[in-house]
Amino acid sequence: MHDLLDSYYPILIFMGLSAVITAALLLVPALVAPSNPDPEKNAPYECGFEAFDDARMKFDVKFYLVAILFIIFDLEVAFLFPWAVAFGDVGLFGFWSMMFFLAVLTVGFAYEWRKGALDWD
Amino acid sequence: MTLTSLAFYLFATVAVASSFMVISSRNPVYSVLFLILTFFNAAGLFVLLGAEFLALILVVVYVGAVAVLFLFVVMMLDIDFAELSEGFLQYMPIGATVGLILLLELLLVFGASSTLIDTKPLPQATPDGMTNAEALGRVLYTDYIYFFQAAGAILLVAMIGAIVLTLVPSNNPKKQNIAAQTARTRDDAVETVDVEPGQGI
Repeated sequence: MHDLLDSYYPILIFMGLSAVITAALLLVPALVAPSNPDPEKNAPYECGFEAFDDARMKFDVKFYLVAILFIIFDLEVAFLFPWAVAFGDVGLFGFWSMMFFLAVLTVGFAYEWRKGALDWD
Repeated sequence: MTLTSLAFYLFATVAVASSFMVISSRNPVYSVLFLILTFFNAAGLFVLLGAEFLALILVVVYVGAVAVLFLFVVMMLDIDFAELSEGFLQYMPIGATVGLILLLELLLVFGASSTLIDTKPLPQATPDGMTNAEALGRVLYTDYIYFFQAAGAILLVAMIGAIVLTLVPSNNPKKQNIAAQTARTRDDAVETVDVEPGQGI
Protein backbone atom coordinates (compact mmCIF):
# COMPACT_ATOMS: atom_id res chain seq x y z
CA MET A 1 0.00 0.00 0.00
CA HIS A 2 2.77 2.37 0.94
CA ASP A 3 5.06 1.72 -1.99
CA LEU A 4 2.09 2.11 -4.35
CA LEU A 5 1.87 5.81 -3.60
CA ASP A 6 5.63 6.05 -3.95
CA SER A 7 5.41 4.93 -7.57
CA TYR A 8 2.72 7.54 -8.24
CA TYR A 9 4.60 10.27 -6.39
CA PRO A 10 5.67 12.13 -9.58
CA ILE A 11 2.04 12.33 -10.66
CA LEU A 12 1.09 13.87 -7.32
CA ILE A 13 3.85 16.44 -7.79
CA PHE A 14 2.55 17.17 -11.30
CA MET A 15 -0.97 17.65 -9.94
CA GLY A 16 0.26 20.06 -7.29
CA LEU A 17 2.32 21.93 -9.88
CA SER A 18 -0.60 22.21 -12.29
CA ALA A 19 -2.83 23.49 -9.46
CA VAL A 20 -0.26 26.19 -8.64
CA ILE A 21 0.12 27.22 -12.30
CA THR A 22 -3.65 27.30 -12.82
CA ALA A 23 -4.17 29.38 -9.71
CA ALA A 24 -1.45 31.78 -10.82
CA LEU A 25 -2.91 32.10 -14.33
CA LEU A 26 -6.33 32.84 -12.85
CA LEU A 27 -5.20 35.17 -10.09
CA VAL A 28 -2.62 37.33 -11.88
CA PRO A 29 -4.96 38.59 -14.67
CA ALA A 30 -7.70 39.18 -12.11
CA LEU A 31 -5.36 41.44 -10.15
CA VAL A 32 -3.27 43.07 -12.88
CA ALA A 33 -5.25 43.21 -16.14
CA PRO A 34 -7.58 46.14 -16.82
CA SER A 35 -11.25 45.15 -16.51
CA ASN A 36 -13.82 47.07 -18.51
CA PRO A 37 -16.85 44.76 -18.95
CA ASP A 38 -19.48 45.44 -21.54
CA PRO A 39 -22.33 43.13 -22.64
CA GLU A 40 -21.50 43.82 -26.30
CA LYS A 41 -18.08 42.24 -25.79
CA ASN A 42 -19.70 38.90 -25.04
CA ALA A 43 -22.23 39.11 -27.87
CA PRO A 44 -21.72 36.84 -30.91
CA TYR A 45 -20.47 38.68 -33.98
CA GLU A 46 -22.13 37.68 -37.20
CA CYS A 47 -20.92 40.05 -39.95
CA GLY A 48 -22.46 43.09 -38.34
CA PHE A 49 -26.09 42.00 -37.95
CA GLU A 50 -27.90 40.28 -35.10
CA ALA A 51 -27.31 36.54 -34.68
CA PHE A 52 -30.02 34.50 -36.41
CA ASP A 53 -30.25 31.59 -33.99
CA ASP A 54 -28.39 29.58 -31.38
CA ALA A 55 -24.87 28.50 -32.21
CA ARG A 56 -25.55 25.09 -30.62
CA MET A 57 -26.88 23.04 -33.50
CA LYS A 58 -28.21 19.51 -33.44
CA PHE A 59 -25.66 16.83 -34.17
CA ASP A 60 -26.16 14.14 -36.73
CA VAL A 61 -26.88 10.80 -35.03
CA LYS A 62 -24.08 9.21 -37.10
CA PHE A 63 -21.46 10.70 -34.78
CA TYR A 64 -23.14 8.97 -31.87
CA LEU A 65 -23.08 5.63 -33.66
CA VAL A 66 -19.37 5.95 -34.41
CA ALA A 67 -18.66 6.88 -30.79
CA ILE A 68 -20.63 3.97 -29.33
CA LEU A 69 -19.00 1.47 -31.70
CA PHE A 70 -15.65 2.91 -30.64
CA ILE A 71 -16.46 2.39 -26.95
CA ILE A 72 -17.36 -1.25 -27.53
CA PHE A 73 -14.07 -2.07 -29.22
CA ASP A 74 -12.26 0.06 -26.64
CA LEU A 75 -13.66 -2.20 -23.93
CA GLU A 76 -12.74 -5.29 -25.92
CA VAL A 77 -9.13 -4.13 -26.03
CA ALA A 78 -9.28 -3.27 -22.33
CA PHE A 79 -10.18 -6.91 -21.64
CA LEU A 80 -7.22 -8.04 -23.73
CA PHE A 81 -4.61 -6.29 -21.57
CA PRO A 82 -4.79 -8.38 -18.35
CA TRP A 83 -5.14 -11.48 -20.50
CA ALA A 84 -1.90 -10.66 -22.31
CA VAL A 85 -0.11 -9.96 -19.02
CA ALA A 86 -1.28 -13.21 -17.39
CA PHE A 87 -1.10 -15.26 -20.59
CA GLY A 88 1.44 -17.71 -19.20
CA ASP A 89 -0.71 -18.47 -16.16
CA VAL A 90 -4.24 -18.80 -17.57
CA GLY A 91 -3.42 -21.87 -19.65
CA LEU A 92 -5.41 -23.35 -22.51
CA PHE A 93 -8.74 -22.74 -20.80
CA GLY A 94 -8.06 -19.04 -20.45
CA PHE A 95 -6.90 -18.91 -24.07
CA TRP A 96 -10.11 -20.44 -25.43
CA SER A 97 -12.19 -18.35 -23.05
CA MET A 98 -10.74 -15.22 -24.67
CA MET A 99 -11.10 -16.70 -28.17
CA PHE A 100 -14.82 -17.27 -27.54
CA PHE A 101 -15.17 -13.70 -26.26
CA LEU A 102 -13.46 -12.38 -29.38
CA ALA A 103 -15.62 -14.60 -31.61
CA VAL A 104 -18.80 -13.21 -30.04
CA LEU A 105 -17.62 -9.67 -30.73
CA THR A 106 -16.54 -10.62 -34.24
CA VAL A 107 -20.15 -11.64 -34.91
CA GLY A 108 -21.15 -8.10 -33.99
CA PHE A 109 -18.36 -6.71 -36.14
CA ALA A 110 -19.53 -8.72 -39.15
CA TYR A 111 -23.10 -7.53 -38.51
CA GLU A 112 -22.10 -3.88 -38.42
CA TRP A 113 -19.98 -4.27 -41.53
CA ARG A 114 -22.83 -5.92 -43.45
CA LYS A 115 -25.32 -3.30 -42.28
CA GLY A 116 -23.01 -0.54 -43.53
CA ALA A 117 -22.55 1.08 -40.12
CA LEU A 118 -18.88 1.61 -40.94
CA ASP A 119 -19.66 3.60 -44.11
CA TRP A 120 -20.00 7.29 -43.54
CA ASP A 121 -22.44 7.93 -46.38
CA MET B 1 0.42 7.21 5.64
CA THR B 2 -0.25 10.91 6.01
CA LEU B 3 0.44 11.45 2.33
CA THR B 4 -2.05 8.69 1.45
CA SER B 5 -4.77 10.17 3.61
CA LEU B 6 -3.98 13.65 2.30
CA ALA B 7 -4.34 12.38 -1.28
CA PHE B 8 -7.57 10.59 -0.32
CA TYR B 9 -9.13 13.70 1.17
CA LEU B 10 -8.03 15.77 -1.84
CA PHE B 11 -9.56 13.32 -4.35
CA ALA B 12 -12.71 12.77 -2.30
CA THR B 13 -13.34 16.48 -1.75
CA VAL B 14 -12.85 17.37 -5.40
CA ALA B 15 -15.00 14.39 -6.47
CA VAL B 16 -17.89 15.42 -4.23
CA ALA B 17 -17.60 19.08 -5.17
CA SER B 18 -17.45 18.41 -8.90
CA SER B 19 -20.33 15.95 -8.79
CA PHE B 20 -22.34 18.62 -7.00
CA MET B 21 -21.45 20.99 -9.84
CA VAL B 22 -22.66 18.36 -12.35
CA ILE B 23 -26.19 18.67 -11.06
CA SER B 24 -26.13 22.37 -10.24
CA SER B 25 -24.47 24.04 -13.24
CA ARG B 26 -26.86 25.69 -15.66
CA ASN B 27 -25.06 24.84 -18.89
CA PRO B 28 -25.28 21.08 -19.63
CA VAL B 29 -21.91 21.17 -21.41
CA TYR B 30 -20.31 22.39 -18.18
CA SER B 31 -22.08 19.54 -16.39
CA VAL B 32 -20.36 17.02 -18.66
CA LEU B 33 -16.99 18.69 -18.09
CA PHE B 34 -17.48 18.50 -14.33
CA LEU B 35 -18.46 14.85 -14.77
CA ILE B 36 -15.07 14.29 -16.43
CA LEU B 37 -13.39 15.87 -13.40
CA THR B 38 -15.38 13.50 -11.16
CA PHE B 39 -14.18 10.52 -13.22
CA PHE B 40 -10.57 11.66 -12.85
CA ASN B 41 -10.90 11.89 -9.09
CA ALA B 42 -12.57 8.48 -8.91
CA ALA B 43 -9.56 7.16 -10.82
CA GLY B 44 -7.31 8.71 -8.19
CA LEU B 45 -9.31 6.98 -5.45
CA PHE B 46 -8.94 3.65 -7.28
CA VAL B 47 -5.17 4.16 -7.38
CA LEU B 48 -5.18 4.74 -3.62
CA LEU B 49 -7.09 1.46 -3.18
CA GLY B 50 -4.44 -0.38 -5.19
CA ALA B 51 -6.69 -1.01 -8.21
CA GLU B 52 -4.37 0.55 -10.75
CA PHE B 53 -5.75 -1.21 -13.81
CA LEU B 54 -9.29 -0.14 -12.97
CA ALA B 55 -8.10 3.44 -12.45
CA LEU B 56 -6.46 3.65 -15.86
CA ILE B 57 -9.40 1.94 -17.56
CA LEU B 58 -11.66 4.50 -15.91
CA VAL B 59 -9.58 7.27 -17.46
CA VAL B 60 -9.39 5.62 -20.88
CA VAL B 61 -12.98 4.42 -21.20
CA TYR B 62 -14.99 6.91 -19.17
CA VAL B 63 -13.00 10.08 -19.77
CA GLY B 64 -12.01 9.19 -23.30
CA ALA B 65 -15.20 7.70 -24.62
CA VAL B 66 -18.24 7.84 -22.34
CA ALA B 67 -17.85 11.55 -21.62
CA VAL B 68 -17.67 12.21 -25.37
CA LEU B 69 -20.87 10.20 -25.79
CA PHE B 70 -22.55 12.28 -23.09
CA LEU B 71 -21.47 15.43 -24.91
CA PHE B 72 -22.96 14.07 -28.13
CA VAL B 73 -26.23 13.31 -26.34
CA VAL B 74 -26.30 16.80 -24.83
CA MET B 75 -25.65 18.31 -28.26
CA MET B 76 -28.09 15.98 -30.03
CA LEU B 77 -31.12 16.34 -27.82
CA ASP B 78 -31.28 20.12 -28.24
CA ILE B 79 -33.28 20.57 -25.05
CA ASP B 80 -33.88 24.00 -23.60
CA PHE B 81 -32.45 23.23 -20.17
CA ALA B 82 -33.53 26.55 -18.67
CA GLU B 83 -37.12 25.65 -19.52
CA LEU B 84 -36.62 22.11 -18.23
CA SER B 85 -35.50 23.25 -14.79
CA GLU B 86 -38.45 25.60 -14.38
CA GLY B 87 -40.48 23.08 -12.39
CA PHE B 88 -37.64 22.70 -9.90
CA LEU B 89 -39.48 24.22 -6.92
CA GLN B 90 -42.63 22.29 -7.75
CA TYR B 91 -40.84 18.91 -7.64
CA MET B 92 -38.44 19.78 -4.83
CA PRO B 93 -40.49 18.33 -1.92
CA ILE B 94 -40.66 14.87 -3.54
CA GLY B 95 -37.01 14.95 -4.56
CA ALA B 96 -35.92 16.13 -1.13
CA THR B 97 -37.93 13.31 0.52
CA VAL B 98 -36.30 10.67 -1.70
CA GLY B 99 -32.88 12.16 -1.03
CA LEU B 100 -33.50 12.21 2.72
CA ILE B 101 -34.58 8.54 2.72
CA LEU B 102 -31.44 7.57 0.78
CA LEU B 103 -29.29 9.57 3.20
CA LEU B 104 -30.89 7.81 6.19
CA GLU B 105 -30.32 4.43 4.55
CA LEU B 106 -26.69 5.29 3.94
CA LEU B 107 -26.27 6.39 7.55
CA LEU B 108 -27.86 3.14 8.77
CA VAL B 109 -25.59 1.03 6.58
CA PHE B 110 -22.59 3.06 7.66
CA GLY B 111 -23.46 2.70 11.34
CA ALA B 112 -24.04 -1.05 11.02
CA SER B 113 -20.84 -1.66 9.05
CA SER B 114 -18.68 0.31 11.45
CA THR B 115 -19.78 -1.96 14.33
CA LEU B 116 -19.53 -5.16 12.26
CA ILE B 117 -16.27 -4.97 10.33
CA ASP B 118 -14.43 -2.37 12.29
CA THR B 119 -11.69 -4.69 13.50
CA LYS B 120 -10.90 -6.37 10.18
CA PRO B 121 -8.07 -4.95 8.08
CA LEU B 122 -8.79 -3.72 4.57
CA PRO B 123 -8.56 -6.45 1.92
CA GLN B 124 -5.65 -5.98 -0.42
CA ALA B 125 -6.51 -5.35 -4.06
CA THR B 126 -3.33 -6.96 -5.39
CA PRO B 127 -1.55 -9.98 -3.89
CA ASP B 128 2.09 -9.43 -3.07
CA GLY B 129 4.66 -10.02 -5.76
CA MET B 130 2.56 -9.37 -8.86
CA THR B 131 1.15 -6.40 -10.72
CA ASN B 132 -2.49 -5.42 -10.59
CA ALA B 133 -3.19 -6.31 -14.22
CA GLU B 134 -1.60 -9.75 -13.74
CA ALA B 135 -3.71 -10.43 -10.64
CA LEU B 136 -6.83 -9.53 -12.62
CA GLY B 137 -5.83 -11.62 -15.61
CA ARG B 138 -5.20 -14.73 -13.50
CA VAL B 139 -8.80 -14.91 -12.25
CA LEU B 140 -10.92 -13.03 -14.79
CA TYR B 141 -10.69 -15.46 -17.73
CA THR B 142 -10.82 -18.72 -15.82
CA ASP B 143 -12.44 -18.42 -12.39
CA TYR B 144 -14.93 -15.75 -13.48
CA ILE B 145 -15.47 -17.00 -17.04
CA TYR B 146 -19.27 -16.66 -16.87
CA PHE B 147 -19.05 -12.98 -15.96
CA PHE B 148 -16.45 -12.49 -18.66
CA GLN B 149 -18.58 -14.12 -21.36
CA ALA B 150 -21.62 -12.23 -20.09
CA ALA B 151 -19.62 -9.02 -20.62
CA GLY B 152 -18.98 -10.13 -24.19
CA ALA B 153 -22.67 -10.82 -24.75
CA ILE B 154 -23.61 -7.41 -23.31
CA LEU B 155 -21.14 -5.72 -25.65
CA LEU B 156 -22.64 -7.63 -28.59
CA VAL B 157 -26.16 -6.57 -27.61
CA ALA B 158 -24.99 -2.97 -27.21
CA MET B 159 -23.42 -3.03 -30.66
CA ILE B 160 -26.49 -4.47 -32.38
CA GLY B 161 -28.81 -2.20 -30.41
CA ALA B 162 -26.87 0.92 -31.34
CA ILE B 163 -26.92 -0.05 -35.01
CA VAL B 164 -30.63 -0.93 -35.02
CA LEU B 165 -31.59 2.27 -33.23
CA THR B 166 -29.41 4.83 -34.96
CA LEU B 167 -28.39 3.56 -38.39
CA VAL B 168 -30.16 5.53 -41.07
CA PRO B 169 -30.05 3.76 -44.46
CA SER B 170 -28.12 5.98 -46.82
CA ASN B 171 -29.70 7.24 -50.01
CA ASN B 172 -26.74 9.10 -51.36
CA PRO B 173 -26.80 8.94 -55.18
CA LYS B 174 -23.04 9.62 -55.34
CA LYS B 175 -22.21 6.53 -53.30
CA GLN B 176 -19.61 4.29 -54.94
CA ASN B 177 -19.99 0.53 -55.19
CA ILE B 178 -16.36 -0.33 -55.79
CA ALA B 179 -16.98 -4.07 -56.26
CA ALA B 180 -19.55 -3.38 -58.98
CA GLN B 181 -17.22 -0.90 -60.62
CA THR B 182 -14.28 -3.27 -60.82
CA ALA B 183 -16.46 -6.22 -61.88
CA ARG B 184 -17.73 -4.26 -64.87
CA THR B 185 -16.20 -5.56 -68.10
CA ARG B 186 -16.17 -4.36 -71.68
CA ASP B 187 -18.86 -6.87 -72.60
CA ASP B 188 -21.30 -5.42 -70.04
CA ALA B 189 -20.73 -1.84 -71.11
CA VAL B 190 -20.26 -1.80 -74.87
CA GLU B 191 -22.51 -3.32 -77.47
CA THR B 192 -22.08 -3.20 -81.22
CA VAL B 193 -25.37 -2.81 -83.02
CA ASP B 194 -25.74 -3.23 -86.75
CA VAL B 195 -28.14 -0.45 -87.69
CA GLU B 196 -29.91 -0.60 -91.03
CA PRO B 197 -30.03 2.75 -92.88
CA GLY B 198 -33.24 4.69 -92.17
CA GLN B 199 -34.52 2.42 -89.40
CA GLY B 200 -32.92 3.54 -86.14
CA ILE B 201 -32.47 1.33 -83.17
